[in-house]
Amino acid sequence: MAQKEYAGVMVEVNNEGYFENSNQWNKEVAAAIAKENNLELTDKHYQVMDFLRERVAKGEALTIRSIGKSGIVDIKGFYELFPGAPLKLATKLAGLKKPLSCV
Amino acid sequence: MKRFVILGAGTAGTMMANKMDKYLDKSEWEIVVLDRNNTHYYQPGFLFIPFGMYKAKDVVKKKSAYLPKRVNFIVADIGKIDADRNTIIYGDGKELVYDILIVATGTVPSPSETPGYLGDRWYKNIFDFYTFEGAVALSEHFESFKGGKLVVTITELPYKCPIAPLEFVFLADAFFTKKGIRDKVELFFTTPMSGAFTKPIATKMLGALLEEKRINVVTDFYVEGVDEAKNVIRSYDGREVEFDTLVVVPVNLGDELIASSGLGDDMNYVVVDKETLQSTIKPNVFAIGDAANLPTSKAGSVAHFASEVLFENLKAYIAGQPLAHKFDGHANCFIETGFGKATLIDFDYTHEPYPGEYPVAGIGPMTLLGVTRINHWGKLAFKPIYWEFLLKDRKMPVSNRFSMTGKRV
Repeated sequence: MAQKEYAGVMVEVNNEGYFENSNQWNKEVAAAIAKENNLELTDKHYQVMDFLRERVAKGEALTIRSIGKSGIVDIKGFYELFPGAPLKLATKLAGLKKPLSCV
Repeated sequence: MKRFVILGAGTAGTMMANKMDKYLDKSEWEIVVLDRNNTHYYQPGFLFIPFGMYKAKDVVKKKSAYLPKRVNFIVADIGKIDADRNTIIYGDGKELVYDILIVATGTVPSPSETPGYLGDRWYKNIFDFYTFEGAVALSEHFESFKGGKLVVTITELPYKCPIAPLEFVFLADAFFTKKGIRDKVELFFTTPMSGAFTKPIATKMLGALLEEKRINVVTDFYVEGVDEAKNVIRSYDGREVEFDTLVVVPVNLGDELIASSGLGDDMNYVVVDKETLQSTIKPNVFAIGDAANLPTSKAGSVAHFASEVLFENLKAYIAGQPLAHKFDGHANCFIETGFGKATLIDFDYTHEPYPGEYPVAGIGPMTLLGVTRINHWGKLAFKPIYWEFLLKDRKMPVSNRFSMTGKRV
């Protein structure tokens, strides 16, 4: 377990940079992590992160498909917001644990 | 007279019918099993059909032959579940009221969810092997297959029998080697996951096998659709994989019945407590097998191990007691690796697959995460066990609970 400082908050992260405790998250922290990933956050980014955090709080699995159905953004748009591996990047920025596939 | 209804007579529904038959007093309870058809497929056998290891007749029986005599088995078009009124509504509007309902409607490959799968190429050079029709069509296609790019694609998670697509590429490697055309076949495996499998130790072992067998793995590949003009499958990030023959694992969804019932999630899986298997919405509704939204594999072994827990909890529910039995997410599966060998994995909600021996520590005879002939025989021996022991609820020599005994961390 490592600690990292984002926007003045000491955050506990695992070796891949995912949060150990999602309560240590706030919008400024997200913006600082985004900067590290060369990303400028917009309202749309935050809406997606809120959606992910809500789903996790309800104990639901995170899937790219569910984001496509969320009404916030379609899948193509999700890839544009969080380029590369969007679900991994978005969960990291939302202060959540790495999404696990249940296989 | 109270009515106990099981929706679906596949692996999970049949096991539960045989369990409840032994427990529910005939003078007090009627057991009704509903399904849309009377064909029971041995689904693990679909994998073997394209490679000529099984014939179509090896995997088909009648559902009714595996249900207890007292069960009222109804084959009908089922329209809806009205969970607020404890009622099943048939397609023609007739109704069936239940006291307790088990949903065991499984999961359905839905190729229509992906643009380009169900076009002119479907069953010409784009196939699935998770349906009887797809597996048979593919076996015919492979008879005249001369070589080219064979691409196996996992479209979306979760899907049935997570290990089967890997087994498919291993068996394809062996099949074309035996045919003497392996040097003319390029094998590709695309997955939305970041590796061959999800759990670290198994991924490492399976990844090495894929490399050894010269199978090209494309990871983090989230399918947008097929571009028919270019003969490519494309991911949302714009990467393309060219194919001559494409074998897809389509998006899997729960039965459409679940969508209108108010009992399911956004993929039509029944939302249940992952330990008790009771619906989180209606206490007299339970779900088992692929139909449930459990955070573990969709596989027959999960249904088997969960059936023991569900049976105990149903007895408690009927007696008005708390549901004390907890499912641990136990799953295990044989993995065919080709050339008459296989490996085996055993895991649960919290433990990943480890190397070791199974079911008896130090003895086996099966080897976990090792590639052996005995594992392959175990896989073949499972078919008669499935029909004669598993479905009929006869005692099997394995525990339904996951154990670390015999495993080496």
